[in-house]
Amino acid sequence: MAETSPGFIGRSVKPHKSRRFLNGSGLYVGDIRLPDMIHAALLRSVYAHARIVAVDAREALQLEGVIGVWSGRDIEDRIAPFPESFEIHPARWLEAVKPVLRGPRPTALAQKKVHYVGEPLAIVVAVDRHKAEDGVDLIKVEYEELSAVVDPRDALSSGAPLVHDDAKDNVVFGFKVSKGSVDRELREAQHKLRERFRHHRYCAAPLECRGVVAWLEPKTNILTVWSSTQMPHLVRRQIAAQLDLAQERVRVIAPDIGGGFGPKVFVYPEEILVPYLALQLGRPVKWIEDRREHFISTAHGRDQIHDVEVAFDHEGRILALQDSFLLDNGAYNPMGLTDAYNTAAHLQGPYKIPHLSVAGTCVSTNKVPNAPYRGAGRPEAVFVIERCIDGIAAALDLDPAEVRRRNFVQPGEMPYAAGVVYRDGEPICYDSGNFPETLRLALEAAGYEELRKRQMELLRQKRYLGIGIGCYVEGTGVGSFEGATARIDGAGNLVVVTGATGHGQAHETVYAQIAADLWGMTPEDVSLIEGDTAFIPFGCGTFGSRSTVNVGSALYEASALLKDKVRRLAAHLLEANPEDLVLGGKRVFVRGLPHRSVSFAELAQAAVPGWASKLPQGWAPGLESTFYFVPPTVTWANAAHVAVIEVDVETGEIKLLNYIVAHDAGKLVNPLLVDGQIHGGVAQGIGAALYEEIVYDQNGQLLSGSFMDYLLPGATEVPKITTVHLESLSPLNPLGVKGLGEGGAIAPPAAIANALADALLPFKIQVNEIPLGPDRVLKLLVNSKRDFRQP
Amino acid sequence: MNGKQVIEITVNGKSYEGLVEPRVTLADFLRDHLGLTGTHLGCEQGICGSCTVLFNGETVRSCLLLAVQANGGTILTVEGLGAMAEDKHGLHPIQQGFLETVGFQCGFCTPGFLMTVYEFLKENPSPSEDEIRERLSGNLCRCTGYQNIVAAVLWAAERIRVSKE
Repeated sequence: MAETSPGFIGRSVKPHKSRRFLNGSGLYVGDIRLPDMIHAALLRSVYAHARIVAVDAREALQLEGVIGVWSGRDIEDRIAPFPESFEIHPARWLEAVKPVLRGPRPTALAQKKVHYVGEPLAIVVAVDRHKAEDGVDLIKVEYEELSAVVDPRDALSSGAPLVHDDAKDNVVFGFKVSKGSVDRELREAQHKLRERFRHHRYCAAPLECRGVVAWLEPKTNILTVWSSTQMPHLVRRQIAAQLDLAQERVRVIAPDIGGGFGPKVFVYPEEILVPYLALQLGRPVKWIEDRREHFISTAHGRDQIHDVEVAFDHEGRILALQDSFLLDNGAYNPMGLTDAYNTAAHLQGPYKIPHLSVAGTCVSTNKVPNAPYRGAGRPEAVFVIERCIDGIAAALDLDPAEVRRRNFVQPGEMPYAAGVVYRDGEPICYDSGNFPETLRLALEAAGYEELRKRQMELLRQKRYLGIGIGCYVEGTGVGSFEGATARIDGAGNLVVVTGATGHGQAHETVYAQIAADLWGMTPEDVSLIEGDTAFIPFGCGTFGSRSTVNVGSALYEASALLKDKVRRLAAHLLEANPEDLVLGGKRVFVRGLPHRSVSFAELAQAAVPGWASKLPQGWAPGLESTFYFVPPTVTWANAAHVAVIEVDVETGEIKLLNYIVAHDAGKLVNPLLVDGQIHGGVAQGIGAALYEEIVYDQNGQLLSGSFMDYLLPGATEVPKITTVHLESLSPLNPLGVKGLGEGGAIAPPAAIANALADALLPFKIQVNEIPLGPDRVLKLLVNSKRDFRQP
Repeated sequence: MNGKQVIEITVNGKSYEGLVEPRVTLADFLRDHLGLTGTHLGCEQGICGSCTVLFNGETVRSCLLLAVQANGGTILTVEGLGAMAEDKHGLHPIQQGFLETVGFQCGFCTPGFLMTVYEFLKENPSPSEDEIRERLSGNLCRCTGYQNIVAAVLWAAERIRVSKE
């Protein structure tokens, strides 16, 4: 760290830099207004699967205020199709896994067919949004309805309708990874479990829907696009590619983003259409998604069915695990195999599983595209393995915590090679962590022993307390890279620029704390520019619990380069030896001689080009450095969650009494903000476990398309969450940090399902499916072999 | 759809006159006509609470009220909340509470929560945690899990009580 480290890393610095969110001065895409701006609205398919016979926009075009209407045919030769996926596949991963990759290429507007309810068919531009929607209502579409594929299992049956005309079947992605001899172990094992698990479809539902504003700046001829995205550089690349422009002519800005959580990590049709129309019309064009559209156009998540077989010994040690799963892609999966492969990579959890085989198959159905949502394949994996662990405990009449302890990778076995490759092509290697200790702390905070006693007491009164554990490991800080520029401005303050872009993570506070320690400054001396492609040429984005790891490390390296220049320039100006110089308080001074110093502001003024320059001959002007950090591989965080519930067997209602998270994400930069990330993740996981479900009928019509039908947990549904932190430093980056944004959401479905099975142990029910609303709980009880009123 | 009407509304103590179509909501009037974009739209169906403002002293969902229905009324939005503050940053004690406890992340739902809490603390200056959760249950937040928002309300209630002693 810096020579005079004031130690801001690790402190709960308040997010003063985000004060704009409290007085209404945040700037979201919907808040952007430009002179002469016009508004777009989309016509979306009302059928899940249909051929488009004709689109007639004549009446719409006659409506006063409507400026134009574009349908699939109008853009066919003008906007190139999307790629089959936005995923980047490292060559080593392709070699090791040899996946099936047959993704269809979506178009910005449907051409011959519509593939899901909500797929955009036409776009109307008008003087205001009301007029644009009036225009949409006047477009007549003649459809020829086709049979819809709704159940992913039906998608595989022979004779199933083809979601995509040119495909040979409905399989688009697939892979298999394995180690050891699973078949032999399963054949020979004394103890086996065989289960089908379903992790249903739900969605991220950020409070801000998507939105795009595009404008061709007349002076520079730069196409400026504001989008509610987690990936401004990817959006820029796609606009350039699909509209045949040089990337340098496109500037994408992610302003304040009202929540992302995954579905804003790729590029949507509107992000291409709106810029296209701004170019066509020469006026700024705005489109803001409404909530009704959001449910039928923004990607959903999860939606996997697993058939699992586990072999274990008489002490509960897992010998082998075989899993074959289906992922319901919907009509497209813009992130390819990301979720499915993450599921495979995280299936072993913190446990030693000597023999493993996982096969994933992603199929097309006539539903909204499926893409990463907070956890991205991990909650599904954790649901499977954690239910299996509890299944083993139930089969052998052991404490579920004890079965976990018997299977954990032990601290002495770190770093631990898990035997399969990660999505980045590197062999999975748990780099640090103490899994037994994480669980011990979670159980201690929950008061596990007392809870077990209390459970027995209540059972005598026919009350059903359940305690459920969910443990996991999470590969965080994934590549392929992220960059940071460190710059000393004319006032001697530090400006940090990065391509990652926050959407509620308080990056401006977190990076300022890191920079403050690196430079011997205070966080107030640091400002952040992110989410704007004009300020840094390359960027990935914020997703996958990666920004602190990648940006923090890039900032560390960029700072080291810049500090070297600062020190050498100061040495030149002070006529001192660079080794004798110390940085601190925005000055460089000679060690032991504080009066012999030069301020950062003076250095910045000395580093200009030309007549005012005081740089030594031949030095490049400016005080800035950029570094692109490429992580060697992911760094593994881990956690143990404990859910405490009471089940009302008359109504089927689950009441969450307590929720505990023991979490190890390496060095914590700001514990207060970390807790906020965990609370929010857990709340989303609670929603998944108990309330939220995307429901389609047999025709592919969405039945849960508003917040009346799709229930987000409110303040009365989320209990107080207790957090305990461990800090096993990451050896893979200079700050020792790991990622944690997703963690909270990964384990609640598993922990709550385990708690339910635990509460209802007297009835021997299997909890293989979520969400666990009262209807499902009652059904489980009714179907159980024992009369639930007379245990 | 046409037949625009003249309306007169007082927002944050300032009087505005506007010519609006009857179908324009109060939320759209505040945002698009007056440029007060602190009031956010999360669902436009009256469920999420992000667009909550005070209308004649009571919270309303500004997405469910037409601007013409608000004619002659008095509105308080998040932009007006800070103006009542004595804090050097122009933050009302409720806003300060959200900062102190980090009762916000992406900030999108925050203005709606602030307005709900403003009304709530006038009615109940010393609420319990359960009462706070009950009252906040009509506002959705997707980032915080509510825990720090509850803490923010407790912090603000305490600060307001102390300032009145």
